[in-house]
Amino acid sequence: MAKRVVIVGGGAAGMQTALELKSRGIEPIIIERDMDLGGKVRDWHKLFPSFTPASDVLQPIIDKVRSSRIRCLLGQEVKTFAEDGVILRSEEHVPADAVVIATGFSLFDAHRKQEYGYGLYHNVITSVDLERMMNNGRVMLADGTEPRRIAILHCVGSRDEKVCQKHCSKVCCITGVKQAIELKQMFPTADVFNFYMDIRMFGPGYEELYREAQQRYNIHFVRGRISEAAQTINDRIQIKAEDTLTGRPLRMSVDMLVLLVGMSANRDNEALAAASNLSLAPNGYFQTKDSFLGAVQSERPGIFYAGAATAPKSLADTLAEASMTASAVERYLRDKYNNR
Amino acid sequence: MRNLNFGYGISRPRVINLDNNDLRKSNAIIAEMPELQACIGCGSCTASCTAGNLTDFNFRRLHTAVRRGEYQGAYEEINKCMLCGKCRLVCPRGINTRELIMLIKRKLGDF
Repeated sequence: MAKRVVIVGGGAAGMQTALELKSRGIEPIIIERDMDLGGKVRDWHKLFPSFTPASDVLQPIIDKVRSSRIRCLLGQEVKTFAEDGVILRSEEHVPADAVVIATGFSLFDAHRKQEYGYGLYHNVITSVDLERMMNNGRVMLADGTEPRRIAILHCVGSRDEKVCQKHCSKVCCITGVKQAIELKQMFPTADVFNFYMDIRMFGPGYEELYREAQQRYNIHFVRGRISEAAQTINDRIQIKAEDTLTGRPLRMSVDMLVLLVGMSANRDNEALAAASNLSLAPNGYFQTKDSFLGAVQSERPGIFYAGAATAPKSLADTLAEASMTASAVERYLRDKYNNR
Repeated sequence: MRNLNFGYGISRPRVINLDNNDLRKSNAIIAEMPELQACIGCGSCTASCTAGNLTDFNFRRLHTAVRRGEYQGAYEEINKCMLCGKCRLVCPRGINTRELIMLIKRKLGDF
């Protein structure tokens, strides 16, 4: 009889883990809270650093999950963990030989950084709003006109003790560079300014893209965190920062301010951790067994992790980790049932 | 009367105001040497600078200010450079800093 694995979460991590398990002859069941598969990537327009349309990556995975007839329980949530599986909110018991937590992250709520005026001023938007606008086919100001001067602020809800987000969200730097280039391609005569604290270009091709943004697209990078944004009388946004490389305060008004919102630990992690008797890292993400040889294992045998449930990760990281998780699950099941 | 000292004066604002600064010269400099925008502010140029070891000349800060349209005093400041070219040897982004100094001089000076 095929061994059965419950996967909590039907985003990129959950689906890819399911496919990897299926190809190893193990039967996965995906439990997804939403009514659709796909998770956060569904909102994304293009992916860094190659500008690949997000749907070119996500849709084949969804199609394959469907064509492989992987069972998906949509609109369902896990309430608690039993010895032999999980119990859903609907009180349904889903038996399983192992569980994979692939619940991902929550977006940082930009309203919490009140000083940037998200939700108060028309043309202060988040990086996610910008992706949605691009998906809808048009980026514009609230009054329907084109922006002539745009500021992009890095690290909103990352590396910031004031909002209890001490960690780096990893993907925003390169997202900021990607979106700056996209804005410049849409509005070649506009000026784009990226305000950053550090620029972390850790991945293949990232540093090269950063340089292209600077040199070829003439995107201005100012090292300094914007301290506040205010609306001007003519509906523009005035921002203040220190230009730390000249050591002087800097002030300017822009038409649009894009906040690069970070990845927070999934806001349901605490409840899920309590229900499963797992512990969380200080940043609220799930604590892995070990940083090196146990990166997809939890402290409890039979419960595994995949994707951004344990730390901010790029889509590429997440898809790679899904194979790792599937291998670890397969090894666990083999050991468990051979020893019996 | 003109030399009367009241013991206080008017401080010039230190804020870089990108709404008011005239960025035409700055844009012309960047258009001629787009690689200038690739600066990551590492300070290698300033650390290796012969003039900077003897005076308060700071090339990283100077060209950043010029890019922001802050030209006042920049031309006089840049004359402290002895054009030794050591900064060009160390720049990790491969910016031709020596040529850049000549360019800034040309754009901000009278020739």
